[in-house]
Amino acid sequence: MAKTENKRTIKGNTGTEKYEIRAAICFLAPSLIGFGIFFLLPFIGGVYYSLVDGPIDGHFVGIENYRSLLTNSIFLKAATNTLIFTAIGVPLNILLSLGLALLLNRGIYYRNTLRTLFISPLVIPVASVVFVWQVFFDLNGTLNGILSFFGVNPVDWMQTGWARLVVLIVYLWKNTGYDMVLFLAGLQNIPAVYYESASIDGAGPWRQFTGITLVYLTPTLFFVFIISIINSFKVFRETYLISGAYPHESIYMLQHYMNNMFTSLDYQKLTTAAMIMALLITMLVTMLFKVEHKIGKGLGG
Amino acid sequence: MKYNGKQVFVGKKTTDGERSFIGNGIRVRKRNLRKGMLTLWLACMAVIILLPLILTLTNSLMSETEITHNYEMVARQTSNSESDRLTQTYANLKLIPDLITLTQYYAVLVGRPQFLLMFWNSVIICVTIVLGQIAVATMAAYAFAKIRFPLREPLFLIYIVVMLLPFQVTLVPNYIIAERLGILNSYPAIILPGIFSTFGVFLLKQYLSQLPDAYLEAARVDGAGHPEIFLRIILPMVKPGMAVLAILSFMDNWNMVEQPLIFLQDAVKQPLSLHLAQINDGEKGIAFAAATIYMLPMVLIFLYGENYLIEGIQLSGIKG
Repeated sequence: MAKTENKRTIKGNTGTEKYEIRAAICFLAPSLIGFGIFFLLPFIGGVYYSLVDGPIDGHFVGIENYRSLLTNSIFLKAATNTLIFTAIGVPLNILLSLGLALLLNRGIYYRNTLRTLFISPLVIPVASVVFVWQVFFDLNGTLNGILSFFGVNPVDWMQTGWARLVVLIVYLWKNTGYDMVLFLAGLQNIPAVYYESASIDGAGPWRQFTGITLVYLTPTLFFVFIISIINSFKVFRETYLISGAYPHESIYMLQHYMNNMFTSLDYQKLTTAAMIMALLITMLVTMLFKVEHKIGKGLGG
Repeated sequence: MKYNGKQVFVGKKTTDGERSFIGNGIRVRKRNLRKGMLTLWLACMAVIILLPLILTLTNSLMSETEITHNYEMVARQTSNSESDRLTQTYANLKLIPDLITLTQYYAVLVGRPQFLLMFWNSVIICVTIVLGQIAVATMAAYAFAKIRFPLREPLFLIYIVVMLLPFQVTLVPNYIIAERLGILNSYPAIILPGIFSTFGVFLLKQYLSQLPDAYLEAARVDGAGHPEIFLRIILPMVKPGMAVLAILSFMDNWNMVEQPLIFLQDAVKQPLSLHLAQINDGEKGIAFAAATIYMLPMVLIFLYGENYLIEGIQLSGIKG
């Protein structure tokens, strides 16, 4: 009670309010200055470059860059690939990690050791295990060796449409542990009392899962969703290290496109592509936060 | 839950006390069996997940000739036609070396002076970013979490959105700004953006929001201003959060590929993460040892700070 009263007096007092604002500015200053120079200014610059016809003395061309980019077949290919990869990879990752978290959350032996093992791919540097992936998925690689033993013809995994599957496996390998820990935290926050009273009322395991577990995991679920999307963009590192700047067309992502446009000095295409990507991400995030806010209110917290 | 000295009903609690008495022995045994099966199954999965790591470690103990012999057919990527490249012999990822030797390590550490130089580059870049980021982010996070000021929520939302954008989105303007500031092709070009990355602010704000306000209120009543509160109360309390940020940020920056690729043209300035990709391409004989050394700091930090790390990941997931 005393707490709320205190806040009220601070708010009511204009002198204190001014002091609060001054303090906020002081504490935020280093971050704001750096953020402005290295993130916000570049972003505004990006908006500008996407609207002119040349980086030096460019003329304003409106949405011309956007129009030409949206008919560019390579860009569309890269955008589609990114979209497909995210649309398949993220839900799959969430299902897998939720399953793992549920298993780990039940009574098993060596729980903490297993948790550590599952999260370890996250800390193994990408560049370290790239060679293992290469040897495994090469045309003359281990996987084809194993398959030939069963009479299956060799497949050039990285140079055909299968490459998509390879990248998906690498993504899942790396990120399932991270999401699993997030889900574990969410699961541990659900009071055991809920399950107890549900089983008194005769609710079976499935009913308990959909009625309690899923409902109370919703806030976690949204956060995991966002993190998984960010990490699905980061899979570019792996793809780049395994197969270079020009991989098979099925795994040619938006980041490949932007990197290559940078190398070929085509700044208009690059910034325009970047702005389209930023726009899509912003829309997605705002939508997610809004939905989460609504559900969070419904849960009463 | 301990019951008569025996451990019963760990996972799900039963409300029916009598039933638990009668069928106790059988139930416990059945439960233990299921627990054991589940553990075994998960352990198998864990081994598969760890296989790339284990293979890298054991292969780093093979001689260069053994590596070349094992994996030479993989290297022939020059011809595009599939039939030309297929050799009918397959590279087997061998788990156990014929002969355990440290020649790869010798070749990497002694035979390639640039390797240690680049290792050092990586250390300098990462440590500077981590320290700078902690300082900047702690202050900003304090403002976001504990000071009331107008436009606090919208500003924080902007921080989050920027955090989510891939590096490539602001590549060109970033490049131009680096050029204007005259820091292109030097470490500040990748260190400064790293320091001001908004991820640290986000993580520490989540952490600080969870700390109870009671201490701060008490200090305020005693007449302490924000600088005193920050130094005397917040700093000691936020230390675990800083440790988490340090680990996560180190991990991220130790792996950086895109930034040095664009901003550092000089090969001698590049961090190990990039150099390793070149070793993978050209000299597979020493790639495993190089990868193992590269991995070492990360693994040590992980083993040392695992609990911090897991706590940190969980914290970032709980709403602040």
